[in-house]
Amino acid sequence: MKLTSNKLWIFQDDDINTDVIFPGRYTYDPLTPEQMATHAMEDYNPNFAKEVSEGDIIIAGNNFGAGSSREQAVTCLKAAGVSCIIAKSFARIYYRNAINEALPLVISPECSNLILNKKDEYQNEQITVDFDNGLIKTKDSEFKFPKLDEQALKIFQAGGLVNYTKERLKEKI
Amino acid sequence: MNGQTLIQKILASASGKENEGVAENEIVFVSPHMILSHDNSAAISKTFYKITGPNGKVWDPNRIFIALDHAVPAPNAVQADNQKLVRKFVQDQGIKNFYDGGTGICHQVLPEKGHVPPNIVILGSDSHTTTHGAFGAAGIPIGRTETASVWAIGQTWLKVPESFKITLDGDLPKNVYSKDIILEIIRQISAAGATYKSIEFYGSAVAKMSMSERMTLSNLSAEMGAKAGIFPVDNVTDKWNKQFGFKYDRISADEDAIYEKTINLDISNLTPRVARPHKVDNVVPVSDLPKTSIDVALIGTCTNGRLDDLKIAAEILKEKTIHPKVRMFVYPASREVLLQATKLGILENFIKAGAQINVPACGPFLGAYCCCISGGEKAISSANRNFKGRMGSKEDTGIFLASPATVAKSALAGFITSEDV
Ligand code: SF4
Repeated sequence: MKLTSNKLWIFQDDDINTDVIFPGRYTYDPLTPEQMATHAMEDYNPNFAKEVSEGDIIIAGNNFGAGSSREQAVTCLKAAGVSCIIAKSFARIYYRNAINEALPLVISPECSNLILNKKDEYQNEQITVDFDNGLIKTKDSEFKFPKLDEQALKIFQAGGLVNYTKERLKEKI
Repeated sequence: MNGQTLIQKILASASGKENEGVAENEIVFVSPHMILSHDNSAAISKTFYKITGPNGKVWDPNRIFIALDHAVPAPNAVQADNQKLVRKFVQDQGIKNFYDGGTGICHQVLPEKGHVPPNIVILGSDSHTTTHGAFGAAGIPIGRTETASVWAIGQTWLKVPESFKITLDGDLPKNVYSKDIILEIIRQISAAGATYKSIEFYGSAVAKMSMSERMTLSNLSAEMGAKAGIFPVDNVTDKWNKQFGFKYDRISADEDAIYEKTINLDISNLTPRVARPHKVDNVVPVSDLPKTSIDVALIGTCTNGRLDDLKIAAEILKEKTIHPKVRMFVYPASREVLLQATKLGILENFIKAGAQINVPACGPFLGAYCCCISGGEKAISSANRNFKGRMGSKEDTGIFLASPATVAKSALAGFITSEDV
């Protein structure tokens, strides 16, 4: 799989938490993914939900997705069109939830550092993420990133945990 | 293989590998002793049926625990529908361990009802599932889809984490509590500092801690990103377990187990701590804080809503009146806590002081329901998160986290303080 970014969303803060990605006040409303997308990043960047579009990539610092186990913080970004998040690191449950929903996350402190530090320069540049080879290409550099481990990859390739578990249930019968 | 840490031993046993042991970073397939969820069970059940089809059955109705605690009593029709769906699911699936609204917060009710023996894995669709580490179990938080998947097949994969060893020695000074200890630890480790790690707690100070105090530490381990926060079983655990008649061996980490980080803290000189907005690791001594007026003071949550917490706060409020500009809310963590607090006359102190007593539940801590704060207001709370918007308003000017004692003293003073004023 290979992605080319549409627009880059560059978030310089560390510890961007699930409450600002998808506010708690909506967590127990039964919303569709599309409705969730309209609240994406609402308490962090109110323009995000209006301006984000298909194929956008988020670049973030350390511990993206900190805090609660709420999965809507993954669902809302995916439904909003975000194709991938590149960060220095991710919170554990967020990372797992993303695998389970087949939203690709890339851990690359080097790439994040470069783009976070030169926000203006990269704002309107395209980057490509090559998952098969674990490689990010920016206009002037390349970064390797660790590929998913086998189990995570299986879930990812099935299109998420719902499909993966469906397949496993079938095997059992 | 190297010596095994506590989490290695627990995961080895939960994945049928007790003989060979498991290595750090190894992927293991684990069947939980119990899997916990709350109001989110409605959404989880929808995903469950997506996986299994409309006639699907859960893998084991005896190992699913559901407590309605987040929005109870239902504040609106949407939530009421949601909860109705959960009750129907529980009935259709024959789930035994269902606790309807008013029983209390899932992390309080699960151990209280005797569902947490030592050495086992509890999975939970709630980030503070780490709380159950207090009982010598591995309480590991997971997401909703994953919970649905475990309901269906009884299993999930986990990566065996590396571990931190935290040793606490000394005696807690007067007016300093387990909440202050863990806030200080979070300050040192940072909000992301223990991501993916399992924490083990040791030391002479730990040996003196009650189960309730240990729960506060395990609970807040989640705020350092930890996967688990475990107390090895000791005499205090054994005593608690007697009421349930659990049979178990005491397991301990091997002497040559390897820890990625060790932290030693002498708590004898610790002073009351406060986490400032909007991050849990933004911690300073309360005495360093400039004078900060508050609008709301809150005692409760799975972090500090237990009997000892209520007792400490009520003692401070006794025969006093809270500041006229402060609204104070009390949320007992469970019906059992509420009952004991009633019997002991603790509630009377709160009520006379002007506090509002609420149903045993989570309350406002995720901004979804009840006691929300308004734009520009500040709150002091015994909870575990101070993220922006956590208590309802996007324009809040800050949630401060502290011990129940500091919350009660601040409620009297009208500003944040750990002193009697
Ligand atoms: S009390 Fe708060 S932190 Fe604890 S389970 Fe309830 S909402 Fe979550």
